[in-house]
Amino acid sequence: MSREPMHTGLVSPRGNWWVPAHKSEKVWFAIAFGWCMVLFAMMPLWHWKGGQNASGIRRRVDPAAFEARVNEFVTDYKVGELNGFPVVEPPPGSDIYLIGRMWSWYPVLKLKKGAKYTLHLSSKDVNHGFSLYPVNINFQVVPGYDYGLVIVPTAAGDFGIICNEFCGVGHHTMLGKVLVTNEDGTMPGSAASAAEVK
Amino acid sequence: MIPAMDRPDSAMNGASGAFRICPVTGLSLHRPAERLIKANAVAATIALLIGGISAILILLTRWQAVHLLGPTMFYRVLTAHGLTMLIFFIIFFEMAVLYFAAGPLLNSRIAAPKFGWFSYALMTAGALLAEVMIWTGRADVLMTSYIPLRAHPLYYLGIIFFAVGALCVCGQFFATLVIAKRERTYEGSLPLVTYGAVTAAIIAVITLLHGAATYIPTFLWSIGVMKMDPQIYRMLWWALGHSSQQINVAAMVAIWYLLGAFTVGAVVLNEKISRTAFVLYILFISLASAHHLLVDPGFSSSWKVVNTSYFMYMAVLASLLHGFTVPAGVEIGQRLRGFNQGLFGWVKRAPWGDPGFSSLVLSVVVFGFVGGITGVTIGTEQINIVVHNTLRVPGHFHATVVSGTATAFMGLTYYLIPLVFQKKVAFWRLAQIQPYLFAGGMLIFSIFMSFAGGYGVPRRHWDIAFTGAPFEQAFDPAVDALMGIMALGGLLAAVGGGLYILITVWSVFFGKPFTEADRVPGAKGLPQGIVRPPRPTTLEDEAVLPKGRLGNAPGTMVLVLVFLLVFAVYYFANWKLLSFVWKIG
Repeated sequence: MSREPMHTGLVSPRGNWWVPAHKSEKVWFAIAFGWCMVLFAMMPLWHWKGGQNASGIRRRVDPAAFEARVNEFVTDYKVGELNGFPVVEPPPGSDIYLIGRMWSWYPVLKLKKGAKYTLHLSSKDVNHGFSLYPVNINFQVVPGYDYGLVIVPTAAGDFGIICNEFCGVGHHTMLGKVLVTNEDGTMPGSAASAAEVK
Repeated sequence: MIPAMDRPDSAMNGASGAFRICPVTGLSLHRPAERLIKANAVAATIALLIGGISAILILLTRWQAVHLLGPTMFYRVLTAHGLTMLIFFIIFFEMAVLYFAAGPLLNSRIAAPKFGWFSYALMTAGALLAEVMIWTGRADVLMTSYIPLRAHPLYYLGIIFFAVGALCVCGQFFATLVIAKRERTYEGSLPLVTYGAVTAAIIAVITLLHGAATYIPTFLWSIGVMKMDPQIYRMLWWALGHSSQQINVAAMVAIWYLLGAFTVGAVVLNEKISRTAFVLYILFISLASAHHLLVDPGFSSSWKVVNTSYFMYMAVLASLLHGFTVPAGVEIGQRLRGFNQGLFGWVKRAPWGDPGFSSLVLSVVVFGFVGGITGVTIGTEQINIVVHNTLRVPGHFHATVVSGTATAFMGLTYYLIPLVFQKKVAFWRLAQIQPYLFAGGMLIFSIFMSFAGGYGVPRRHWDIAFTGAPFEQAFDPAVDALMGIMALGGLLAAVGGGLYILITVWSVFFGKPFTEADRVPGAKGLPQGIVRPPRPTTLEDEAVLPKGRLGNAPGTMVLVLVFLLVFAVYYFANWKLLSFVWKIG
C-alpha cells in the first residue's frame, strides 16, 4: 500500500483514513480510558464507603406549608434568642428545619456534636445557597423542594451559614448561625456568641 | 478540484469578482463570506470591550480593599459581564469561525449571503435589546436569571432573537457544506479543522434548542401566561449554559488544529482517533447540565452520577485524546522540519515570538492543566459538596473559557488580520507579548480565585465582610491575601485583553495593508506562519522520527504522563478534603 505523507488539519484526507493508530496513540488511549473508569468508579464507591453524599430525602413541598412546619419546629424546641432570631435546640435524631428567605436563614440551630439529625432545607421565595462556614458544606436551596439531609456535626463550635446563591440586592446580608455544643451540652470556650444566648 | 474562478456558479454571487485567491494559503476566499467574517469579528470585539470593562469593575469590587461599586450596580455589571462574554463575545466569534471553516477552508462560496446578514441583524438586535435591559436596571437577575427572579420580558426576548440568529448561521453553515460537496470544491473528506467546526455547529444546534426550551417558556412566564418550576428551569437553563461552553470546547480544539497547522505545520497523527474524539463530544457533552445540579434537591444520585460523568467520562476521554494529539502533532510537525534534537528540542526551537503559536500553547496548557483538571474534579458528585457556588467555580471556568477559549480565539485573530482583513498586525512587539500577559494573568487569577474558594468564599457576592448582616462573620485572614493576588492577576489579564482590542481595532481600521512584498524574513506585523509558512513534508522526512519506547512523539508522551500525575494528585486530594467535613447522607 502506498502511503501518503503526513498532513495537517487543513488538508482534506483522501482515500481510506480509517487506519490503525500509531502505537503511542493506542497506549495513551488505553491509559486515558482506564483513568476515566477510575473517575467513574469513585462516585458509586463513595456512596458505598464514604461519609459525605448528597442523596438525601427529596420531595416537593409547598413553600407556605414548609414555612408553617418551620414555625411549628421553632415553637416546639425554642431555647433562647440570638440577635432577634430564635435559637432552637432539637433532640438528637430528630428532623430539623431551616428556611431561607430574602434575606435571612431562620431559625438559629443548636445541635450536639456527634448526634445525627435530618436537616430539611427549603426556600420561601427564590433560590438560595446553603454554605456552612468554616466547614465548607454547600447545598442549593430551591423553592418548592424539601431537601432532607442526614447530618452529623463532627466538631463543636460556632458556624455561619452564608447564602451563596444570588437572591437579590440584600444577598450579602443573608447570614445565619448554627451552634454545635460538646457531647455534654456545653459550648467550647472560644465561641463567644454562645454566651449571648439568653 | 475545480478552481473557484472557473466554477459556473461563482458568478451567482455577482460577477467574476466573487472570489479572491489568498497568496499565502492558496485558498479561494468568497468575498461575501469574508465580509460576514469581518462583521461578526467586529461584533465579537465590541462585546469583548463591554465585557472587559465590566470585568475590571467587578474585580475592583470583589477586591475588598477597593470595593468600588455599590450592591445594585455590582450585580447589574455582573449580569452584563457574564452574558456579554459567555454568550455574545464567544458566539459572535464562533459565527466568524463557522463562516471561515465552511467557506474559505473548503474553497467554497457560502450558501446565502443575504440570509447571513439577516442572521447577523437578528443577533445584533437581540444582543442590543438584552444589553439595554441590563444597563437600564430592568434585568438584575444575573446571567442565569434563575426564576422566580424576574427580568423585563424584553430581556428574555432579546436573548431569544440572538439565539435564533445564531441558529440561522448554523443552518447556513450546513447548507454551505452541502454546496461545497456538490460543487466539488475539495476532494476527499472534510479537513479535520472543518470537521471540528461541524462538531461545534451540531453542539450549537443542540444548545440553542435547549435555549429555546428555556427562554420561550420563561418569556411567557414573565408576561404571566405560563407557570414554571424553579428546579426544571435550572436543569433546562444549564442544558443551554453548560452546552454552550461545549460549543467553545469543540471550536477551540478545531482552532488548536488550525493554529498548529498555520504556525508549525502540525500533523494529524490519525484522522480516525481525532474524529472519533469529536464525535464523543457530540454524543455525551450535553449531559453536563448536571454539573450545576449536583447538590440540588430535584435529582437522584444515580441521575447525577450518570450525567455528571458524561456517561462514564466519555467526553473527558475525548479531551484527553485531543490533549495528546494536538501537542503530538506539533511535536511531529517540528521534528519533520529538522527540529529533532532530544526529547524537547522541538519545544526550544518553536516560534515563541509568533502570537499565534504562543496562544496555542498557552491555551492547551492552561485549559488542560487548570481548567480541565479542576473541572472534572469539581464536577464529581460528592466533591461538589465542598465546591458548589464558591469561588472555586469561577476559578475553574475562567481557566477554561478565558485562558483556554479566548486565548485560542486571540491567537487565531493574529492570522485572520493578514489573511482575511489583509492588514498587517499593528504594534507588533505588543502583539508578541499579548498572549503571555493575557493567559498568564488569567492563570494567576484562576488559581488564586480557586484557593479563596477553598476557604468557602462565595461567588456572586458583593460583600464578604457581610456588612448589615445579623451576625458577625470573618473569613480566614489568608483570604484577603489570596484575593489581592487574584486581583493583580486579573488586572494583568485586563491589560492583555485591552492590548488585544487596541491591536485588532488599530490594525483593521488604521493598519497598513498586507501585500506579498511584506513577506520577507524579519518582517514586523506578520506572524511567522505567514512570512515563512511551514514547508510541505515528504515521506522521506518521516524517516527521522524517533522510534523508541515512547513512540514517535516522545516529548508529548512525557508531558501527558506528567499531566496525568498532576490530575490524579489533585483529584484524590479533593476526596481527602471532602472526608474531613461533617458526615452527610
